[in-house]
Amino acid sequence: MDRIPILKVGNCLLVTIQVDMHDELAMQLQEDLTSQIAKHASRGVLIDISSLEIVDSFIGRMLANIAAMSRVLDAQTVLTGMQPAVAITLVELGMSLPGIKTALNVERGMELLKAYLDQDAEPEETDGSEE
Amino acid sequence: MALKSETFPVVSSSDVVKVRQVVRQWAGELKFSLVDQTKLVTATSELARNALEHGGGGTMCAEIVEDGMRKGLKLVFDDKGRGISNLELALKDGYSTGGGMGLGLSGSKRLVNDFQINSEPGRGTTVTIIRWK
Repeated sequence: MDRIPILKVGNCLLVTIQVDMHDELAMQLQEDLTSQIAKHASRGVLIDISSLEIVDSFIGRMLANIAAMSRVLDAQTVLTGMQPAVAITLVELGMSLPGIKTALNVERGMELLKAYLDQDAEPEETDGSEE
Repeated sequence: MALKSETFPVVSSSDVVKVRQVVRQWAGELKFSLVDQTKLVTATSELARNALEHGGGGTMCAEIVEDGMRKGLKLVFDDKGRGISNLELALKDGYSTGGGMGLGLSGSKRLVNDFQINSEPGRGTTVTIIRWK
């Protein structure tokens, strides 16, 4: 079965969805991403959907799941590049993707992730669990 | 009056992708705006998935219809599954029996101009939608 490639860039993971996904492929991506986050101890996930022509409730749920699972695994997700027609349709469908950070394009998405990670790197309390 | 009509199977998740592409192409031929195309393709995806997941598979019949001066794309999703016993409840936002978000039926209704649903428990479900140009 084909898979959506996940690229590791520093402490982030980068995913560009460029195919019209069938449901199993979307589920596979969810699984692959979570295991990659754990494997590389990634702190950020950027998902670019600029080539996606639709986001229906299934894909919307998958994206929300990925964001939630990443958060549980201590990684921040940013969704980038949603086409305006997709945004209009998604909101009318009843999904506004609360809890998912978005950016207009990959560049801004990376800035957002970087800002989040920098802010997070400021020392708060040391719990001695650093490797 | 139907100007063009074709029926497609919806029995696997790759068929769901296929019918999305068919609807995209037909909506493009009818010169629907990009937003209207996107809405129609999204509604197609929801209803085809319903027919597959809840109806055990079925068909989608696509038709280009004409009403006076205006043209539209009519889609009929038909399955022979277990049907829906409470249609009113099934059309509510957030009501789900499949573990989804419960936006498939209610959401796709908002994405089209005409929406009709007929269902008989044990016999199956037919959803007819039209988006006018």
